[in-house]
Amino acid sequence: MANGFTTALRQSWDSDLAYSFRTSPYAIAAAVVFLLCVGSAVFAPWVAPHNPFDLGQLDLSNSLKPPAWLAGGDPAFPLGTDDQGRDILSTILFGARISLAVGICSVLLSMALGVALGLLAGYVGGTIDAFIMRVADVQLSFPAILIALLVDGVARALIPGAHESMAFYVLVLSIGVSGWVQYARTVRGSTLVEKNKEYVQAARLFGIHPLAIMARHVLPNVVGPVLVIATIHIATAIITEATLSFLGVGVPPTQPSLGTLIRIGNDFLFSGEWWVTLFPGIALVIMVLAINLLGDWLRDALNPRLRT
Amino acid sequence: MRRGGTRRPGTLFCKSAMAAFVLRRLLQAIVVMLVVALVAFSLFQYVGDPVQLLLGQFATPADRIRLTHELGLDRPFYVQFYRFVANAVHGQFGVSIRIGKPVSVLLAQRIPATLELSLSAALLALVVGIPAGVYSGLRPNSWLSRAALSLSLLGVSLPTFLIGILLILVFAVKLGWLPAFGRGDVVALGWWTTGFLTPSGLRSLILPTITLGLFQLTLIMRLVRSEMLEVLRTDYIKFARARGLRDRAINFGHALKNTLVPVITITGLQLGSIIAFSIITEQVFQWPGMGLLFIQAVSYVDIPVMAAYLCLIALVFVTINLIVDLLYYVVDPRLRVERPGRGMH
Amino acid sequence: MKVAASSPNPNPPPVGESEPSDSEVGEGKGARPLLDVRHLRVEFPTRRGVLTAVDDVSFAIAPGEVLGVVGESGAGKSLTGAAIIGLLEPPGRIAAGEVLLDGARIDTLSPDAMRKVRGRRIGAIFQDPLASLDPLYSIGRQLTETIRTHLPMSESSARERAVALLHEVGIPAAERRIDHFPHQFSGGMRQRVVIALALAANPKLIIADEPTTALDVSIQAQIIALLRGLCRDHGTAVMLITHDMGVIAETADRVAVMYAGRIVEIGPVADVIRAPKHPYTIGLMGSIPSIAGDRDRLVQIDGSMPRLTAIPAGCPFHPRCDRAFDRCLRERPDLLDAGSSRAACWLHVVHPTGRARCC
Repeated sequence: MANGFTTALRQSWDSDLAYSFRTSPYAIAAAVVFLLCVGSAVFAPWVAPHNPFDLGQLDLSNSLKPPAWLAGGDPAFPLGTDDQGRDILSTILFGARISLAVGICSVLLSMALGVALGLLAGYVGGTIDAFIMRVADVQLSFPAILIALLVDGVARALIPGAHESMAFYVLVLSIGVSGWVQYARTVRGSTLVEKNKEYVQAARLFGIHPLAIMARHVLPNVVGPVLVIATIHIATAIITEATLSFLGVGVPPTQPSLGTLIRIGNDFLFSGEWWVTLFPGIALVIMVLAINLLGDWLRDALNPRLRT
Repeated sequence: MRRGGTRRPGTLFCKSAMAAFVLRRLLQAIVVMLVVALVAFSLFQYVGDPVQLLLGQFATPADRIRLTHELGLDRPFYVQFYRFVANAVHGQFGVSIRIGKPVSVLLAQRIPATLELSLSAALLALVVGIPAGVYSGLRPNSWLSRAALSLSLLGVSLPTFLIGILLILVFAVKLGWLPAFGRGDVVALGWWTTGFLTPSGLRSLILPTITLGLFQLTLIMRLVRSEMLEVLRTDYIKFARARGLRDRAINFGHALKNTLVPVITITGLQLGSIIAFSIITEQVFQWPGMGLLFIQAVSYVDIPVMAAYLCLIALVFVTINLIVDLLYYVVDPRLRVERPGRGMH
Repeated sequence: MKVAASSPNPNPPPVGESEPSDSEVGEGKGARPLLDVRHLRVEFPTRRGVLTAVDDVSFAIAPGEVLGVVGESGAGKSLTGAAIIGLLEPPGRIAAGEVLLDGARIDTLSPDAMRKVRGRRIGAIFQDPLASLDPLYSIGRQLTETIRTHLPMSESSARERAVALLHEVGIPAAERRIDHFPHQFSGGMRQRVVIALALAANPKLIIADEPTTALDVSIQAQIIALLRGLCRDHGTAVMLITHDMGVIAETADRVAVMYAGRIVEIGPVADVIRAPKHPYTIGLMGSIPSIAGDRDRLVQIDGSMPRLTAIPAGCPFHPRCDRAFDRCLRERPDLLDAGSSRAACWLHVVHPTGRARCC
């Protein structure tokens, strides 16, 4: 039994995918950075030197301190503080949490929605298929940000009072709804291919429910491309969330994401306190870059034509 | 017997097929517009108070009752919808809650700013993006291509607003070369205002254009590159090589033309989305365009402006889609039914 | 199976040219071959080591001759053709050997010089006729472009020549259809256009890589007859690469059988088909159903062709050969004389008494 496990492990280590990963310095670096980001975001309450949201800890005399290596800096606040005296490093860690959470949740929503609709459209065909694809085409004509803005605006209008606490869910919903199309198209394509294969018809004769077969044969074929789409989509979702927050229609300032932090810092750009906006910006870029690199590597690694 | 020489593709032989195609696309466009109008109308009906939206905040109760009857809010849904569409076609969307002026007037004021910015950004993206993509497709292993590819990855990872902020930080705050907000001096030509004709107008245009265009530039470059690489692997390119055709004929005659055909569609759609992305850039640079108006409307829940913007944007997109479809029809003799690659966001 | 009778060569090679290669067999010995491939070796560096896809392959094609190259998928036939015409895709490369055209080496030419050889002196036809034609250009444009690249002609005379070519390959209403696009032709018509394109600059040799595999069986016969007829008329030699022995039987003068990247048997078509010498060829012939009904069971060769990463030492066929003996496991055989053909098999080592060992 142990032998079987170690053989399986050795086989996966030796597989083309793992080899491609091992030999690509970018992929390894990106994965490490990404894991660091996720780790520090998840464990933010324990990793961060301060808790920026504990109003008791804040001291206005600490406000607008520059980073520790500049004159006037304080080693207790390595990246400086904002106008409320909050430590920038800590706000970045907590903000990354929100950004990642929104990114991943909205991608999961998009994936669920897209895969389900794609399977439905491909399997049932006919008018339902045509309808779904029309909606997809129309929605694709509009950039995701616009759709997200619209959903957000409508939600704000419909539930004015409770907006602050619902902001997270509204955001996930709006970004999720704007991104299902790419998944649906890929899955629909695979479904159409599989549907016409003989074993599906044979299984029908045997009385096995075709949906079970589709799930067992379509989904494995589709995992690769869907994963590639999802990885790059996480990056896009994080950027979209940051943009919405920057525009003021995302998460509220009490639970700031990286985008909100950048917006807050923007006000201090001209008075010379550039660190309030730059460091959250850099953190955002590093995180998104790592994810994009991973997505690029994954797409090349899974592309059969590029295999040697 | 026909003369030799260059001939246009065979599509123009079938005038009736083309007319049918155009008609079909037009009908689709109208359906889309109606759907969008429905969404906008629903905004009016169910999200806000229509009477208040049309009259503004300071109407008397008597006015409200009168208007309610006048508007036929007691009439069935489809009648109201019809009136909404009729009004919309004439550009009547009511009065902005926040500003108090008619929405159409506000939009007309702001359109030139947005259009000029979008046009400049689109030009930047095309003029730099396409040649860069072609070059890195033809010479994928040169250091220039690799550098461009790495930079493009960075470009895709930078959110638009961050690019704007960084540019402001470097060029406006630290170096003081370029203005950080506003449009500079503008010249009025009829109802249009242009910033192209003044030095300060042009200088104000630089940073926002780069901000808005950079993302599209990288997308276009990556797209053209990957299409080019795909095309260069095809059998007809292999056969062209086997026939001993010159490199220039193969790369620019056959490969480039086949690359550009799908690129046209996607590029067209992307350029449409520039107008939407201008929202962000206008916010960062306080550029007095439609996007800024829309953002302010969303925060303020200014329904009439939101609805009007939505319809206008839909119109722009639908028009661009139509033009792109026609272009595609003309360029590709195979008349592909399903457009490839619309999976780009 | 019919066997094509070899017709007299309409362009006899000049007398008294440089010495023939030692891989020349059969008729025309003493004349310089048109194409001379000597010890060609094509390698692919991969992460698992260097793969040898074509290993020490030597053969020659006389002017006007049709040489069939037959073998399973993956035996190295297409790569040999690609190497000859200089279209090996990287990381594949010619690691050893020489390719001579009319006595001069072409494998060491500069890219631009090689480009001029392609199309003008060596033409090529590939498998999928729709994919071989640029969908955005009319076939007339593609024809005139090819013609004018190699021959100094005006646009209108190139067009006239194009129309003549289309007539020759059997496209009806050529003057009208010359402005049509590839997707407006059927599969068989497209392959005719492809043949016209390959012949446009009148090359001396055509490499045809599976020209009929993608076509309907009924069309296949037409295309093969067309190819054969055109090449006889123009005196063009053909290297016909295929896995279909029937096509070879109809068309070729000589045939080379490839296995695991090497030639295992080469000789006149009639001899190889009626009296194959190499055990692999014997197995191949035995596995072809005969309409004469003189076989109850088709012969099957156990096992399958080895992958490039696992080619056995010695003779690559020995694991599947029922006549292998210990020399086969140790030493790799060269092509040895066996009657009128040559086979790479130790069974044909000439015994000191002068007689071939028993087959």
